[in-house]
Amino acid sequence: MLNTHLLSIVTFLPLLAVVVLAIIPGRQEKTLKQFAVGFSLVHFLVSLLLVVRFDSTVYKVQFEEIIPWFSTRFAAVNYHIGLDGINLWIVMLTTFLAPIIFLSVYSSVTKKHKSFLINMFLLEVGILGSLVSLNTFIFYLFWEVMLIPMYFIIGVWGGERRIYAAVKFFIYTMAGSLLMLVAIIYMYLQTGSFELFDLYAHTFSGREQVYLFAAFAIAFAIKVPIFPFHTWLPDAHTEAPTAGSVILAGVLLKLGTYGFIRFAMPLFPSAVKIFAPYVIVLGIIGIIYGALVAMVQKDVKKLVAYSSVSHLGYVMVGLFALTLYSVQGAMLQMINHGISTGALFLLVGIIYERRHTRLISEYGGLAKVMPVYAVLFMIFTLSSIGLPLTNGFVGEFLILMGTFKSAYPYAFWYAAFAAVGVILGAVYMLWMYQRVFFNVEPSEKNLKLKDASLRERIYLLPLLVMVFWIGLYPSFFLKRMDKSVEHYIKLIQPTTQLVVPDPTAAVDEGVQK
Amino acid sequence: MTNYVWLIPVLPLAGFLVNGLFGSRMSRKVVSWIANLTIFASFVFALVLYIHMLGTPALSEEGIHNILFPWLNVGAFHINFAFLFDRISGTMTLMVAGVGFLIHVYSVGYMAEEDGYFRYFAYLNLFMFAMLTLVLADNLLLMFVGWEGVGLCSYLLIGFYYTTKVASDAGKKAFLVNRIGDFGFLLGMFLLFYLFGTLQFPQMKEIILSHHILPELTTGLITIATLLMFVGAVGKSAQLPLYVWLPDAMAGPTPVSALIHAATMVTSGVYMIVRLNFLFQLAPNTLLIVAWVGGITALFAATIGTVQNDIKKVLAYSTVSQLGYMFLGLGVGAFVAGFFHIITHAFFKALLFLGSGSVIHAMHHAYHHAGIHDKDPQDIRNMGGLRKYMPVTYWTFLVATLAISGFPVFSGFFSKDEILWKAFASGHKTLWAIGAFAALLTSFYMFRLIYVAFLGNFRGGEKEEEGLHESPRSMTVPLTILGILAAVGGFIGFPRIFHLPNILEEVLEPMIPAVNPVHYLHNVSTEWTMMGISVAIAILGWLIARTFYAGESAKLVEGLSNTFSYIHKLLLNKYYVDEIYFALVVHPVKRIGEFLWYYIDVILIDGTVNLAGMLATCCGRVITLFQNGSVKMYAFSMLTGILILFWIFVG
Repeated sequence: MLNTHLLSIVTFLPLLAVVVLAIIPGRQEKTLKQFAVGFSLVHFLVSLLLVVRFDSTVYKVQFEEIIPWFSTRFAAVNYHIGLDGINLWIVMLTTFLAPIIFLSVYSSVTKKHKSFLINMFLLEVGILGSLVSLNTFIFYLFWEVMLIPMYFIIGVWGGERRIYAAVKFFIYTMAGSLLMLVAIIYMYLQTGSFELFDLYAHTFSGREQVYLFAAFAIAFAIKVPIFPFHTWLPDAHTEAPTAGSVILAGVLLKLGTYGFIRFAMPLFPSAVKIFAPYVIVLGIIGIIYGALVAMVQKDVKKLVAYSSVSHLGYVMVGLFALTLYSVQGAMLQMINHGISTGALFLLVGIIYERRHTRLISEYGGLAKVMPVYAVLFMIFTLSSIGLPLTNGFVGEFLILMGTFKSAYPYAFWYAAFAAVGVILGAVYMLWMYQRVFFNVEPSEKNLKLKDASLRERIYLLPLLVMVFWIGLYPSFFLKRMDKSVEHYIKLIQPTTQLVVPDPTAAVDEGVQK
Repeated sequence: MTNYVWLIPVLPLAGFLVNGLFGSRMSRKVVSWIANLTIFASFVFALVLYIHMLGTPALSEEGIHNILFPWLNVGAFHINFAFLFDRISGTMTLMVAGVGFLIHVYSVGYMAEEDGYFRYFAYLNLFMFAMLTLVLADNLLLMFVGWEGVGLCSYLLIGFYYTTKVASDAGKKAFLVNRIGDFGFLLGMFLLFYLFGTLQFPQMKEIILSHHILPELTTGLITIATLLMFVGAVGKSAQLPLYVWLPDAMAGPTPVSALIHAATMVTSGVYMIVRLNFLFQLAPNTLLIVAWVGGITALFAATIGTVQNDIKKVLAYSTVSQLGYMFLGLGVGAFVAGFFHIITHAFFKALLFLGSGSVIHAMHHAYHHAGIHDKDPQDIRNMGGLRKYMPVTYWTFLVATLAISGFPVFSGFFSKDEILWKAFASGHKTLWAIGAFAALLTSFYMFRLIYVAFLGNFRGGEKEEEGLHESPRSMTVPLTILGILAAVGGFIGFPRIFHLPNILEEVLEPMIPAVNPVHYLHNVSTEWTMMGISVAIAILGWLIARTFYAGESAKLVEGLSNTFSYIHKLLLNKYYVDEIYFALVVHPVKRIGEFLWYYIDVILIDGTVNLAGMLATCCGRVITLFQNGSVKMYAFSMLTGILILFWIFVG
């Protein structure tokens, strides 16, 4: 069972937790929380088996399970899941973040613990399911499942404007995913299959590719989010409870970028050729725009939220630059962002719990009263601005270098403008850090703040380890995605030399894959 | 032994980890022992290794190559954590670790009464790690690790007194301005990897020497690449137009200014170009720009230095100016001369900063003794006659002044003269004139410090005077050692006309292949004449300072600055460069951010979305009904949703 169904077990194990949580009476808050932490830890340990048994020498999908699920007159759907270098680390990031999030929930969630925990575990199933699905029908199912618990997490446990934020989140995402649904159905009607690999093999005409790509791209672009589809994000983040923000920034956004590399790009390669320069430009706009807007935020959490727009801009540029370096860098940057930004949200949550404000102007001189907290915040800040030897640097560097080396006519300028983010990233993060931790003697209200507690240090420590592990020895992670990334680049870009064709001609011809 | 080059940077790293993690629970004594011993061990090991390397023919040619572990491997891109201890990096390592150690010792005394003692030493050790990594890296990317690492430590140490806005502003400014430079470094690195397919120094050199790259195809790109790298150097080594962070960096503790902002970090831009000399030689246009930026910076900063009243500010502008000389040297193809000035400058400028630290320390004590809190211990107008109370500080400061002003036999004389001569001999007469005039100003502002701060009579009250005393031994011993080095350090590079061995040139020459040789004028009598002019300039600078500032002639200065009040004000306000930058860069960027956020994000995009949302409000109302916190309800709605989906799909 463990050999043949390991991936299914990892995916659905959180459902067991949901059942158990449902049995435990809601009054026993402590038991509920302890169970959630313990269970997610076990879940993480089980998922480690995936890494242990992962074969990094092949590009093929591993731990593959394919079971006919149901078939009717109209449709045959397989339960088809698998793991390769593309989704391995995002799956691991999800199971890795779960225990950390549940530890943080100890103090940040103050009402309806039971249903909160249940929602979190359901969300995890949705995320893991979408990540491992190799069937568009199943993928869509999980994709929608994910939406609901997240909606409640923001809407029930959020801040003051939680309803607005939750509805905004819901409508944005729903609008995108409906387009995707139409595309999935269309593809099924054309090919008679929901199977991803069958669809890879099918060549859609140039015109079809453009529309289908657009439908998928909008769904994913909203999730990433790519400028100008990003305005749900700052609201969702600011209103969501800490745990929600961490999972949102850490994993949920990655489903957008993951969707591009797994679905939108390999399915419609000739559309990619047409759209790539535009997506790259939007990515660069995101990098710079996100940074500039982050700079003027008055709320720390909103600042971190806008920084996500900037960071994910890098990922998009890396993916669409389509070189081995840039795509590897982008894949790694997805993980890095989950770690650094996740940690920053946790850290912001820590002072919010103490002072019940996130306004930068309320703080100052905190380094004096909370030295350990200040050091931790500094390290994650540095990781976020990509200081060498932290994780952020490796990803950014590979993305920029790969973009520079890409075959686009304006490759140099793409890299140069994207690299402006390196400067601006330092501007908004260090300015924020200065105003929160330095500048003045701590005021009366901040004088009695308690430094990071043991529990808080415990859940930040694994993230800290990851910052330096990826920063110092990224090969461990890069090696395991190497083959798959190479394979996917070939899928997306069959010839090694990328020639950007005349858009109208490409539409008319229906370029062969 | 040759397999342990990595110990040189890693030892201070270990010191940082121990002090950083456990320092708060250890006594000050233990903290300082750990910090000092680790860097001392690095120095001793580097010295042993250096002697061994020069003594072994095979090693002295190739250097000691030491691969620690593979760092980044993607496709054809392989970067190792690897160190290269050769003639260039070995020499630099000795200077960095040696001067670094002396400043560690000095800090024990200087920081004795400060809060955050362990934090200070942890940062200092971390800096040594980063700096030594920068120096010993065998490839550009690892050099960049050190490059950004020293920037981080600089940020942390400038902002050491973090509860003051001045210090934390200065730290942030240093980091951000450096990042602008690093942006150039990054792009330069990409272009070089594109051209060479490697970032390792030996391989790049090999490719150039074996002519695997056709110069006519790549000169343009190499010019761009070297220019981009030079942008990095301009940021790190505080040249025009990115020098603005260095004067502000004086907000950090004084030993930090000596170590990071005089002797080591700020010279890394110069070092990087020396390291890549084979590359820069292929780009004569870049070298010309390097020379001019250096020359103009040397003069520009020197003019500001003549009127500043804060002792550290004078030295800061002096550093910017001296770094300009180094670039001037590199720009005219005199790589050895530029490197020579790194070494001598490290001695005399570290000494000057430590001397000023000793003075500030004493003034601080004097004010403390007298119970005065509102007087600036760094303002030279409050000093005077310190020679009596602090003889060691005075004499060593005087030695350093003679060295920087270029008085014969003192170290700076040899290195600065070499640069000026090479500028002249390579036909850049205007650059020579600029350099010579800056030398006059250098001599002037340094002797101005001597006269105003150390000679004459003390300008404070009696009570303050009682509190003045010489600094403790942990401070005066490093001063003395550096004093000796500043005096005789120039003997490693005698000019050819002296007919004495030029040790530095012998060591470095093999590492600087004449890829694209510059033709220098060879004329012994001209060289003697030029040297004579240099000496005359140094003496003239001193005499002018003496006329204005010795004894009671201070009134003359007042009259003069009143007559030329506009110029005086312009210089005193540093040509208003900071204000201009604020108006042209800082402020607009902030306004753009606000504009984008408010008009684009909130009004345009969100406005559109909310309008669309209003249409969906009815749906929203329905959803709200279900939002009652009951899990059963949620589960039910989810199930319904899924069933509806099934119904749609499966039919």
